[in-house]
Order: sequence, then C-alpha cells, then structure tokens
Amino acid sequence: MSDIAIRVDALCKRYTIGRRYVRRTAREALMSALSAPIRLARRALRSHDDRGDEDETTLWALKDVTFEVKHGEVIGVIGRNGAGKSTLLRILSRITEPTSGEAEIFGRVGSLLEVGTGFHPDLTGRENIFLNGAILGMRRAEVSRKFDEIVAFAEVERFIDTPVKHYSSGMYTRLAFAVAAHLEPEILVVDEVLAVGDAEFQRKCLGRMGEVARQGRTILFVSHNMGSIQALCSRAILLSHGVMLVDADASATVKRYLSDAATKDQVSRPPSKNGDPTITGVSAHVQDSAESPCVLISVEITSARARPVSLDFRLFDGMANPVGCGCLGAWTEEEKLHLNTGKNRYEVELDTSQLAIGSYILSLDLTIPLVQFFDRLEHAVRFDVARPPRPGKQLALPQRWGYGSYELPVRRAASTAPLESGATTRVVPPFA
Amino acid sequence: MSMTNATRTHYTFLRAHSGWRALDLAEFWRYRELLAFLALRELQVRYRQMALGAVWAIIQPLMTMVVFTVFFGYLGGFRAQSDKPYAVLTFCALLPWQLFANALTQSGNSLVANERLITKVYFPRLIIPVAPVVAGLVDFAIGLLVLLGMMLFYGLTPHWGILLLPAFVVFAVLAALAPGLWLSALNVEYRDVRATIPFLTQFWMFITPVAYPISIVPERWRTLYAVNPMVGVVEGFRWALLGATHPPLVPMLVSGAVTALMLIGGLYFFRRMEKTFADRV
Repeated sequence: MSDIAIRVDALCKRYTIGRRYVRRTAREALMSALSAPIRLARRALRSHDDRGDEDETTLWALKDVTFEVKHGEVIGVIGRNGAGKSTLLRILSRITEPTSGEAEIFGRVGSLLEVGTGFHPDLTGRENIFLNGAILGMRRAEVSRKFDEIVAFAEVERFIDTPVKHYSSGMYTRLAFAVAAHLEPEILVVDEVLAVGDAEFQRKCLGRMGEVARQGRTILFVSHNMGSIQALCSRAILLSHGVMLVDADASATVKRYLSDAATKDQVSRPPSKNGDPTITGVSAHVQDSAESPCVLISVEITSARARPVSLDFRLFDGMANPVGCGCLGAWTEEEKLHLNTGKNRYEVELDTSQLAIGSYILSLDLTIPLVQFFDRLEHAVRFDVARPPRPGKQLALPQRWGYGSYELPVRRAASTAPLESGATTRVVPPFA
Repeated sequence: MSMTNATRTHYTFLRAHSGWRALDLAEFWRYRELLAFLALRELQVRYRQMALGAVWAIIQPLMTMVVFTVFFGYLGGFRAQSDKPYAVLTFCALLPWQLFANALTQSGNSLVANERLITKVYFPRLIIPVAPVVAGLVDFAIGLLVLLGMMLFYGLTPHWGILLLPAFVVFAVLAALAPGLWLSALNVEYRDVRATIPFLTQFWMFITPVAYPISIVPERWRTLYAVNPMVGVVEGFRWALLGATHPPLVPMLVSGAVTALMLIGGLYFFRRMEKTFADRV
C-alpha cells in the first residue's frame, strides 16, 4: 500500500450548464431580478450539489474514473479538448471538489495548472518570485535559498528589480516557469504549461521535468504533445468525454488516442460561451490529381464580433510527429482573416505534392499572434494522401519507410553542366 | 530515493462534502506566509507609481474631516455638543470608519478580483478576503500617528483607555470582515453585490456617528442604534482615545454581540460556499 502515490476511485464531476444569465426579454429579466432574493436564500440554504433546476442541463466532466499511480511513476493524461483532463487535475489539486467518488493522495502535492499565477505586472521580478513561491506553497526560507538558482534558470539577472510589465513575453514566461520548476513536491501535477514559450524554452522545461522524474518524484502530466508524452511518461491514460478509455503504457495509449481521436475527416463544435472566435467546424477533402494534388480544408469560425485573426495549421503524421506548420495571417498582416459577426467560412488549399503517402492529422489554432489565444483544435481531422507519383516518376515516397513525411524537392542545380558535354562524365568504351 | 517518511506525513483525502463543515483554522495558520505576501502585494501595488505614496492614506480622512468640521461642526452646530474639539472627535471616528469601509469594500470584491488564483491554485480561500483587511491596517497605523499629532496640538492627553485601543482595532476589523465574508461569497455568484457595496458603505456611514455625536440620538433608541456594529466601534475609539466620562458599555456589548453573530455566520457560510468558488467565479 505504501508505494501508492495517488489512488482515484470512481471519481465523478458534474457541471451544470446554466441558462440563468441568458435573459430573453425585459419582463423575464425583471421577474428574474425580483425573484433573485428568494432564489438566493433558497440556494444558500440548500446543498449546492443537489441542485437540479429543470431548465439547466448537466454535463459530466468526469464519470467513474478509477486508477492508481505508484510513487516515482510518470503518468500522462491525454484526450481531446473537453475530455475531462483539466477537471481531473483540478480535483487532484483540491481546487474543486468531486461530485462523487474519492481520491487519496499520499505525499505533498505541488500543482502547476498555469505558470505565473498571481504574478502582478507592477511588481518587480524579485517581488513576484517570492509572491508566486508562496502561492505555489513554498516557504519564504525555501524561496530565499533557491532565489539565485531561479533567477539564473530564468536568465533575467539584469532585470530582477524591474517591474515585470516591462519584461518581454519570453522573459515573463521564463521567470514564471523558473519559480514553478523549483517547487519540490513529492507529487507534481502539471497541466499543459509547456505549450507556452519558444522551442528553446520548451526544451528546457521538458529537460527539467525529466530531471524531476529521475529524482524519483511522481508526476501526473497533461499534454497534447504526443512526442513529450511518449518521451517522459511510462504510462498514460486516455480520457474521452469524462470516461477513461485506456490505461496502458504510453505508446499504446497514444496509438489508441490517435486512431480514436482523428479518424474523422470533419468535426463540428459549439461556439464558445464567452463570444471569443471559435473554430466551429473543420473538414478536409483530398484532391489526388496528378497535376496539383492538394487537400481542401474548409474551416468554419463563429465569432460574436468582427475582428482580424490569424489561423494556423499544424500538420502531423499518423503517429503525431510534427511535419510542418503554415499560417494565414501570423506573419503577414494582409493574410489575416477578417471575421464578421456570426459564422464565417474559409476554404484553404494545402499543397500535398511533397507529402509522403500516408495519413496526416491536422491541428488548428486561432490567435492574434503573440497577443491572444482564442481557440485550439488539437488533432482535429485526419486525411490520407495517396496521390499518384508525380509525372515522370515511378514511385512516391510512403510514410511507412520511416524516412519522414516530406519528400525533399531535390533537383540538380542549374549551374551544373549538362551531361552531354562530356566534361564531367567520361564514357569509356569497354573494348577500346 | 525513499519517500516513505514524507508519504506518511502528508495524506490528502478528497471527496464531496455536503452540508456545514467545521472551520480549519490550523490550515489557515499554516498558510500565514501566503496571507502576509498577499497583504504585502496589496500595499505594494496600491502605492507603486504614486507620487505621494502613503500620504494618500491620510489625505482622504483629513479632507473629509475638514469638510465635516466646516459643514457639520460649524454650520450644523454639532461643535457645541461636546467639550472636545469637533475636528479631533471627527478624525477619531473617521480612522476606524475608513478602516472598516475600505476593508469591507475590498474583501467584498476580493474573490472575484482574484479569480485567477482561485481557479488555479489551492489554499484556504479565507485568505483572500482577509488579506486586504490586513493591508488596511497599515493605512490605519499611518492615520493613527496623524491623530496622535492632532491630539498633541490640541493639548489632549490620552487616558488609560488607550491601552484598550488594540482591542477596538480588532473590533473594527472583525466588524468589517463579518459582512465582508458574506458579500465576497455572494459576489461569486451574484455580481449585483459589486454594485451594492458602494451604496452600502455610504448608507452605513449615515447610520454611524461619524459626522455627528451619538448624543443627538435619543437615549431610549441607543440600544437599537448599536445593532450597527460600527456604533460600538466608533464610540469605543472616542472613549479610548479622548476619554469620554464613562465607557459606552451598552452600545459596545450590543455591537459586539451583533458582530460575533454575523462573523460566525459569515465564516460558516463562506466555508459552505468555498468548495464551489472555483466552478462559479
């Protein structure tokens, strides 16, 4: 029993998706306002968990999830958006209570659901380190002891007494992660904090996580990055609509996720409640013509107000290894999509003439580059490239050879003298 | 690396709770450093990039005192009600009043303002509404120095009652925290609370003897009047610092009892609501 770090037993979490704030008419609004004191009193007196007003619909964010984690184990949690991953972490971090079921945790938990929680822009780097440390559960003496190490890790020595609002976003993120990285709990619960920052920073973060894992600590790690899940975790669980589908070794779970999550060539989702632009539909149709093979991607974006956005496409092969990335609007102002209020449809062509034969998975991001992140659709649709070899070739590169998914466009440089001149190639007759 | 020792010391059991729960003051105490840091943040942020800095802590009560002295003291004739200078009497009431009003406003809005903290990290939620109250004590201390200076200027010597001043400061803080806890928890669900608070504090000031002496309230109504906890606080301050003839026992007892009831109710209500803060804020 003593080697168990986390035991989760039949954990359930129900959310009520209320329509309370949607008031249709002035009369309804008035009636609602008048009855508010009564509702308020009633709600205050009743237990919160057995509210079941009829006009409210319920959503099971977690349903009967049961698993165990041993001490020293690094376990990944994967699943699509809304699968219940974050809810699970929130319950294990004691931020919210389960609706039913129970969990036991043996050891001191440090949870990292966000980097830089409690950072205040007006405070200096130094002040924020101490504040954030306290918020993450570190003692003042502990932060003092690790202070130099944290500053060095974040590479912000020169700006340590500058308010963090003057930091670049990279510096800010590095500092925030540096504090978190020096948390030394026995059990670390990490949400997708590695999704922020540049590649160098992500490498550093993953390195740090690996270090922590090697020290024999237990880690529960949520990520969309199948590469880091397979690199870091020995085991992974797959959640889908609140239900645990798989609990197996990491590569098996990733395989199942990929075959499960992206078998469709189209998806549709409801728009976000806060009115932010949302990708409400995606479909991919392959046009395997010999002349101009491409995949036609149609994207539907719903927005509550008109605004320019950038749409990024990230392409993965069938095992979720990244192949490439393309952006509409991130790098040039002219290519930005100017959303209108309501539904917007865009058709995008992705040239597949250099892609190896095999299946591909597409992820989409909707952002204002470096400013705001609206929506992310991870491993949204799958499509298969089966184009015929290009004119004049007998073969096309298949993914299964393991040489990669992108056929390099090699050709002879224009400056090379043609063979016919005989200058570079001497033909020696065999019997001369 | 063996973790067995640590494993035995930390154990967390998570399940759904329903109904009323006991307060966990031991846990609150374990998190006292976080409370200190959040209070410090409150102060640091408030006075950063301000030319006058902490001087603002005294400008507000001083200006209010001047206005009250001119309009209520001289033009309104309240000056004649006491042998003590009206300005000092007013300032002596304004200090605990400001402490109370600021604490109430900030703790009432605290949970909503700290949404990010609540949805991302666990700690006893009670720390959030308490932190601004602690920070307010610093402003109060600065104001108290000014008051002592004024008393020196008017040649008023404090009597032995000043030794009880810390108790009255705690009284004022608890009187603010009691409604502050109710309001902060309700604010999570009903943002109407945010709109109510400015009106509430303004209204509350009129029913508190800040601008006027308690003597204008008829004797037989005073007990009822003291249901407002701030009546006991303000009268207590005036007695402790300026030494009225006899200590205002009845208003203090009534106010104290009301505060205790509201505070205990508030603590349990807060405790009951806190498990859903992260889902609702």
